[in-house]
Amino acid sequence: MDDLTAALREVLGGSTITSLTRLSGGASRDTFRFEADGRPLIVQRQRGGYERDMAVEATALRLAAAAGVPVAEVVAASTDPSALGASYLVVSAVEGETIARKILRDAEFDSARVALPGQFGAALARLHSADVAGLGDFPAGDPLDTYRAVLDEVGQPHPALELAYRWLQQHRPVSLPVALVHGDFRLGNVIVGPEGLRAVIDWELAHLGDPMEDLGWLCVKAWRFGGTLPVAGVGTREQLIAAYQQAGGEAVDSEVVHWWEVFGTWKWGIICITQALGHTSGVSRSHELAAIGRRVCENEHDLFLALEGRW
Amino acid sequence: MIPHDSPSAEQLVEAVREWLQRDVLTSTQGSVQFHTRVAINVLAMVERELQLGPTQAAVHQQRLATLGSADDADLAARIRDGELDHRLPEVRELVWASVRDKLAVANPKYLDAPG
Repeated sequence: MDDLTAALREVLGGSTITSLTRLSGGASRDTFRFEADGRPLIVQRQRGGYERDMAVEATALRLAAAAGVPVAEVVAASTDPSALGASYLVVSAVEGETIARKILRDAEFDSARVALPGQFGAALARLHSADVAGLGDFPAGDPLDTYRAVLDEVGQPHPALELAYRWLQQHRPVSLPVALVHGDFRLGNVIVGPEGLRAVIDWELAHLGDPMEDLGWLCVKAWRFGGTLPVAGVGTREQLIAAYQQAGGEAVDSEVVHWWEVFGTWKWGIICITQALGHTSGVSRSHELAAIGRRVCENEHDLFLALEGRW
Repeated sequence: MIPHDSPSAEQLVEAVREWLQRDVLTSTQGSVQFHTRVAINVLAMVERELQLGPTQAAVHQQRLATLGSADDADLAARIRDGELDHRLPEVRELVWASVRDKLAVANPKYLDAPG
């Protein structure tokens, strides 16, 4: 920790570093909270062997901020490992709640729940208006092909996922012009206060793609955390779409959002399979990861619900 | 028939689950308590699989036979290749029934959750 304190002082222009505390041990990075000359900041430092480029996240955060999306301010970022031993990202600390079940149930967030559907729609519209010229080396690629390849690589048979894949293939919408896509926009990845959305966080999966991917993902049933309303458990699809268009987003075809919702449900099922593989392959022995393998059928059931009467 | 003495596998798993619920859950906190809850859920799942598994296996085999497949791998491949496109409503109905069986073991409450 002393080494990190010294390194942070170095990259932050000699600021006095205090209150350095480790926050969480995510799979890919170490996260610490600290103060620099009294200003609360967060530093994330990449772990070895992890392929995702932190520069993508810093660029996405800066573009999102410029487009008017509420985000933490990037204070320092580098992929040069000489300072902190790995790529790092220092951002302002935003106070508030990230735990979905609290946001969905606690009385403190009564007003937030009313405001969030509109705020989510507006934030996504602004994000998708971000200038993507010059992002030639940004992650892109066809998400349906990408996850098809993951499913094939895993090699476990899932007839329900194949039925959904067949539908996804046959009903694929025409792609909109490519936009900056967050890639994991949902409760859990937003900081919320009693008044509503304070910051969109976790930009690790940002990429160039169809903007409707973010709208559909936000409607996936897993992200309702037991709530009944389709948009993150707090709003209707109509509220989300109206707010998106009002904030200047492209005209939205609700059938296209539905396709992306089905895609997201299918994708989350495949991610559950890979999580359990983390255990069975021995990479990370954990009964928690193992149990996630038995959640694939929740997504399969959701796929049947989402497609009932539509296929 | 199996050669084992009483208690049954199901009763043994149940005994461990009850101990986790009664003693471990109440004397732990934070991450260990969370992972104890996960363990309790996993053991309850295993109990349900031991109870329902044999009947589910027979019914699942019947569904596969109805569709002309020996196993899920064959069925998945035929769906992917479009070989069953001419009878998709029937395929969906049978596959969904198997998904419900999986949920009845993995997380029966999910079947009643809002759609």
